[in-house]
Amino acid sequence: MPDVVGTPLERVDGQAKVTGAATYTADHRLPHLAHAVLVTSAIAQGRIESIDAVAAASVPGVLAVLTHENAPRARGRLGRDAEDNHAIQALQDAEIRYAGQPVAVVVAETLEQAREAARRVVLMYKETAPQLGLDPVRGRSFRPRHVAYEKPDTARGAAKTALERSPVRLEAVYTTSRLTQNPMEPHATIASWDGPRELTLHDATQGLFDCRARVAKIFGLRPGDVRVVSPYLGGGFGSKGPVWSHVIIAVLAAKHVGRPVKLALERPQMFGPVGWRGRTRQTVALGAERDGTLTTVQHHTLAETSTFDSFMEPCGLPARMLYSSGTSVTTHRLVRASIATPSYARAPGWATGTFALECAMDELAWALGMDPVELRLRNHADEDPASGRPWSSKHLRECYRIGAARFGWHQRPPQPGVWREGGRRIGWGMATSVYPTHRSEASALARLHVDGTLLVETGSQDLGTGTYTILTQIAADALGTSPGRVSVRLGDTRLPESPLSGGSQTAASAGSAVHEAVCALRAQLVRLAVGDAASPLHGAPADAVCVEDGRIFDSRVFGKGESLESLLVRQGRAHVETRATAAPGPEAKRYAMYAFGAQFAEVRVDHELGIVRVSRMVGVFDVGRALNARTARSQLLGGMVWGIGMALIEDTVIDGRLGRVVTANLADYHVPVDADVPDLDVSWIGAPDEHVNAVGAKGVGELGITGTAAAIANAVFHATGRRVRDLPITLDKVL
Amino acid sequence: MPDPAFTEPIGGERALAPAWINGVPHPLPDDPRVTLLDFLREQLGLTGTKVGCDHGQCGACTVIVNGRRVNACLTLAVTVAGDQVTTVEGLARPDGRLHAVQAAFLEHDAFQCGYCTPGQLCSAAALLDELALGEPSAVTPAVERVADIVLTDDEIRERMSGNLCRCGAYTNIVAAVRAAARAQNAHGRVR
Amino acid sequence: MKPFAYRRVDDVPAAVRAAGDGARVRFLAGGTNLIDLMKQGVEEPEQLVDVSRLPLTAIEETARGEVTLGALARNSDVAAHRVIRMRYPALAEALLSGASPQLRNMATVGGNLLQRTRCPYFTDPAFAECNKRRPGSGCAARQGYTRMHAILGASDACIATHPSDMAVALAVLDAMIDVTGPDGDRSLAIGDFHRLPGATPHVETNLRPGELIVAVRLPASPFARRSHYVKVRDRASYAFALVSVAAAVGLDGGGMIRAARLALGGVAHKPWRVPAAEEALIGRRADSRAYADAADLLLQGARPLRDNAFKIELARRTVVRALTVAATRG
Repeated sequence: MPDVVGTPLERVDGQAKVTGAATYTADHRLPHLAHAVLVTSAIAQGRIESIDAVAAASVPGVLAVLTHENAPRARGRLGRDAEDNHAIQALQDAEIRYAGQPVAVVVAETLEQAREAARRVVLMYKETAPQLGLDPVRGRSFRPRHVAYEKPDTARGAAKTALERSPVRLEAVYTTSRLTQNPMEPHATIASWDGPRELTLHDATQGLFDCRARVAKIFGLRPGDVRVVSPYLGGGFGSKGPVWSHVIIAVLAAKHVGRPVKLALERPQMFGPVGWRGRTRQTVALGAERDGTLTTVQHHTLAETSTFDSFMEPCGLPARMLYSSGTSVTTHRLVRASIATPSYARAPGWATGTFALECAMDELAWALGMDPVELRLRNHADEDPASGRPWSSKHLRECYRIGAARFGWHQRPPQPGVWREGGRRIGWGMATSVYPTHRSEASALARLHVDGTLLVETGSQDLGTGTYTILTQIAADALGTSPGRVSVRLGDTRLPESPLSGGSQTAASAGSAVHEAVCALRAQLVRLAVGDAASPLHGAPADAVCVEDGRIFDSRVFGKGESLESLLVRQGRAHVETRATAAPGPEAKRYAMYAFGAQFAEVRVDHELGIVRVSRMVGVFDVGRALNARTARSQLLGGMVWGIGMALIEDTVIDGRLGRVVTANLADYHVPVDADVPDLDVSWIGAPDEHVNAVGAKGVGELGITGTAAAIANAVFHATGRRVRDLPITLDKVL
Repeated sequence: MPDPAFTEPIGGERALAPAWINGVPHPLPDDPRVTLLDFLREQLGLTGTKVGCDHGQCGACTVIVNGRRVNACLTLAVTVAGDQVTTVEGLARPDGRLHAVQAAFLEHDAFQCGYCTPGQLCSAAALLDELALGEPSAVTPAVERVADIVLTDDEIRERMSGNLCRCGAYTNIVAAVRAAARAQNAHGRVR
Repeated sequence: MKPFAYRRVDDVPAAVRAAGDGARVRFLAGGTNLIDLMKQGVEEPEQLVDVSRLPLTAIEETARGEVTLGALARNSDVAAHRVIRMRYPALAEALLSGASPQLRNMATVGGNLLQRTRCPYFTDPAFAECNKRRPGSGCAARQGYTRMHAILGASDACIATHPSDMAVALAVLDAMIDVTGPDGDRSLAIGDFHRLPGATPHVETNLRPGELIVAVRLPASPFARRSHYVKVRDRASYAFALVSVAAAVGLDGGGMIRAARLALGGVAHKPWRVPAAEEALIGRRADSRAYADAADLLLQGARPLRDNAFKIELARRTVVRALTVAATRG
C-alpha cells in the first residue's frame, strides 16, 4: 500500500465539524448542570473594600454568589510555580492586581439568571494608581530568571568593539503591540465532583495533563482521581496552555453548590485573565562589512509583565541563531505593570523577535545597497551559532530561492516609494521565518480488533491542528492498513499521557508515540503468528513477515499468509493491544533543530489615505516532512494570517489612567477578517529531517507567523519610503 | 391575513406561535431575555451554533431565519415566533446528503478548529441565495449598475467578512465558497 | 439582562399606545444595537415593544419622485433596491459599508438612525464617568483613548461620535424623518434629527418621548445620482469608520459645479454638514483644488484630541476623494 502520511487526507473530524456534531467544552450537557458567570474587577490596582451580594443572591434561580469572603479555601499553591509564571486569582483574597481579575462568581439555574445576578454584585474598591508604562526607565526594569527556559542574556565575542569598528552600522528600536490570542471558542470549564475526592473537568485546554496536575495539586487530590476531557478545542494559540483562574473557580463553585457547574468566559473576559502577548520594545544593532558580512548581531528586549509574575516574551532567541556573525549579544529585561500576566501566544518570542530582527536586516540591506535576499544568503549560518551544533536539517537557501522565484522577486524595482499602479503605491518585502523543533515524551495505546479495525489512543489535543488526522495516517502506515480502518481517540486524561499542544510539538511527540505503539503492535502480531503452530507463518523468520492490508504474510513466498482476523480468532483474542512511550533521544543534544522559511509580501498602499493592504504573499517553508499536505498548508496559512493581523491591525489598548482594557471585544480589537487576507501561496520543501524524530517532521503550527510582520513592514517601506517600526502599522503611521 | 407569529386566540391573550427550527416546531421560552442562540443551545440541545462573542461581533452564531443570515446572539427567541430557522444541524438533507457548502468546506479544508464553522456554513449558504437575488456588496463595482453579480474572490471575501476565523482558514473558505457557488449553478438554486 | 416585559404590536397606533410616555419603554426592531446595550447593562428598559412586524417595510417611489423608506425596511433591502442604487448610490454604498451581512439583514432604517455611540467608556458600565449613562458624572473618554472620538462639535461633557454610515448619506440627501407619537405626526429634517452633545449628551435626538419613526423620505434630486460614500477604517471590513464622507455634486455641461452636498461621519456626535463648504463649491470648476477648499471649510474648528489628530488631515483627503469619485459618476 502506498504511504498515507504525506498525502492530503481529508480531516477525519471534518464530518463532525461541518454538521455541528463536534462537541466543544460548553456544548456538553450534564444532569443537574448549573451555570456560572464570572464577575471581574473594574479597577486595575487596589483592594476590594466591600462586596454586596444581597441583590445578586435575591435573583430567582441563583444558587450561590462566591467571593473572597465565602469561597472555599483552596489548599495548595495558587501562586507562582517554580517554572511557570501563572499565578491564579481564585477568590482567595481582596487584593486587585489587574483590571479584569476575577472577583466573584455567580451560580444559577439558567444562564440568564446568572448573568443578571452577576451584574447586580456591587463592589466597592480602594483604588491605587496603576503603573502602565513600557519605557526603558533605568532601575525599573529587571532581568528574568529565564526566557523560555534559556538564559536571559547571552554574549559571544567582543560585540561592542565589533559594532564600533563596523563600516556599516544599523541601530533601531522596534515595538510590538499587546496582542490577545482570542481563539473563537471562549475559555470554558465544566467542573463535576463525582465524589468528595474525585473530579471530572471538561475544559477547553491545550494541555490535559498539565491541567490535571495543577488542579490536583491545588486541591490536594491524586492526579488519578482528576479526569480532564477535551475532545474538541476551538483554537487556543497558547492562551489555553496554562491553567487560569476560572478553572479553579469553577471547581470551587461546583464544590460549594454540590452540582456540576459550567463556567464559560464572556469575550471581554478573554482580554487579560487568560494571558496575552505583552508589549515589547526591541533594540537591534547590526554591524557589517561593506560586502554585507555581519560582524555583530545585538538584540535587546524590554517587555512588560504583571506585578506578580515574571513572564518574558523571549524576543532575542532568533538573533542568537539565525545568522552567522562574528559576535552577538542578547539581553532580556522586564518592566512590571498593573496588567494581567502576559503568556504564551503563537510563537512566543519568535513572532516578535523575527519582526525586529528581519526589519533590521532589511534596513541594513538598504543601507548597503544590497538585495535583502542576498544579505540573508551572505550571512547564512551553516551551523548553529548559538550552540555550535550542526543543524538537524536546514533547507533555508532553497526556501529563499524558490520563494523568490514564485513571487517574482527578481523584478523588484530597486528604489523605494516610486512604484505606482492604479492609484496605489506598491511595495515588496521579504523576511526569514524560523521556529525551533520541540518534542516531549508521549505515550499511546494501539488496539487491533478482530474485525481488522485499529484504535489508537493518546491523551493529546486537536485544536484545529489536525492531530486526529495525522495520527490516523501515522497509524495506518505503521500497520499497512487504510485510514478508513483506523480511529483515533484524543482529549481525555484516561488515555495514555501526552504533552501539552504547544511549541508545535504534537506531531513529533504524540506522532512518535503512536508510531511506536503501532510498530510494537505489528511486532506482536508477527510474534503471535510465527509462534503459532497453526499459522502458515509458523517458524518463519520475523524479518520476513509483513503486515499489510489486514493480512500477515511471508514476503518471500507468494500466497503464504493469513488474515489478521483469522489469526486473532484462532488465538481466541477479541483484540491485540500494545502501549508505547516515545521520548526524545540524544538528537536534541547533538543537533540544533529548527524549521525555517522565507516569506515574501506585496502591499498596495493608498498613500493619500494611508491605507495599507496586503495584496499577496508567498511563503516557502522547510518543515521536514509534512505529514498531511492539507492540514500543514492550513496551519502555515493560518500563521501568515496571524502575521497580517500582527503587522497591521491588532492592538489591545489599555486606558492609561484607569488601567482597563478599552478594546475588550471583537469590534474594537481587530483580528483579520476575510477581506484583509489576499491570495496566500504556501509551499514547502518536503525533505524529511532524519534526526528530529521517527516521523521526520519539524512542526508547522507556529512557523507561519514568524517573519510575516517584517515582510509586510519591509514591503511598506518599499512602497512608501517610510519605515514604520511600531506595530501595528495603522494608517495614521503612514499618512 | 393572520400574523403567523400568533396562534389562534385562546381565551383572551394571544400565545406566541412556535418557532420552526430545522423544520420542527418548538414552543418559545417564557423568559423574553433568552436569545435565539441560548434557546437553541441550552433549551433545544442544538449546540452546533456557537457562542463566540455574544454581541454580534464575530458571526459564530450565524443562523438562517426566513432565508436570511442573522446573528442569533442579538435575536430574542420570542421574536422568531412563526419563523423558519435553519441551523448548521439543518443544512444537510434528511437523508444525510450534505449541503453544497458543507461538502465544499470538507473538500477544501475550509476550517481548522471548527468552532466558527457552523456560522461560516450558514453564512455561505445564505450568501448563495443573496447572489441569486443580485444583492450587491461593498466591493461590487458601480453599485448604481443593477446587473448580475460577478462572484470574484474579492466579492466572496467581503461577503464572508461577517464571520471571523481566528485559525485563519480564509484562503480555503474562499475556495470552498467559490466551489459551492459553481456547484449550485450546475444544479439550480439550493433550498 | 434585567427582566423586562415583552409585547408585540400589530399596528402603529398600538405601538404608540404601548410606548406611553416612553419612560422605561423601548421599541425593538432589529435589535442589533438595543439588545447589545441591554446585554451590557447600558439600556435597561422595563418593557420592550416589538415593532418589527409593523407594515413599515416598503421602499417606494411616490408620484412626486420622492422615495420613501419604511422605518422597518432592512438595511440590506434598502442597499439592494434598484431605485436606491441608481438614484442615491451613496446611500447604498453607505449601508453596504456598515457592519456585516448578518447585521445588515437584521438592522432597520429606524434603528440605524437611533443607534448609539460605540465609545467604550459609554458601552462599558465599569467606567463610572459617562455623562450619557449617568448625566453629570463626567466623561472618562476625554483623558482616555480617543482614537475613535470626535474632532468636531464635541463639548467638555462628551466627545463621542455617531457610528451610523447610513445617517451620513441621508444627511447629504436632505432626508426627512417622518415620526408619529402621542401628539400626532410630524417630520424632522435629518439635520435636525440628531443633536450635538452640548451639556446634555444623554439627549441624542430631537424625538419626543414615545415617538416612533415610521419612514424616511428622500426628496427627488437631480444630482443625487452623482453621489459617493467613502469609509476609511482600520481593517478592510466589519469595522466602524475612522472618518467617512458622503458627497454629492451637480455639474453643468462644462464641468462647473452647480450644486453640492458634503457630510462627514466618524468625526462628530452627528453627521457633520457645513453649508458654507457646500456653497463655496458652487460655480467652481470640479477639480481637486475646489474640493480641498471645501474640505477646509468643512473642517473649520476641528480640534484634535490626544489620539485622533490624524483624523483632521485624513478627513480633508477623504473629502477630496469622495468628491472626485462622485463627480465622475452617472
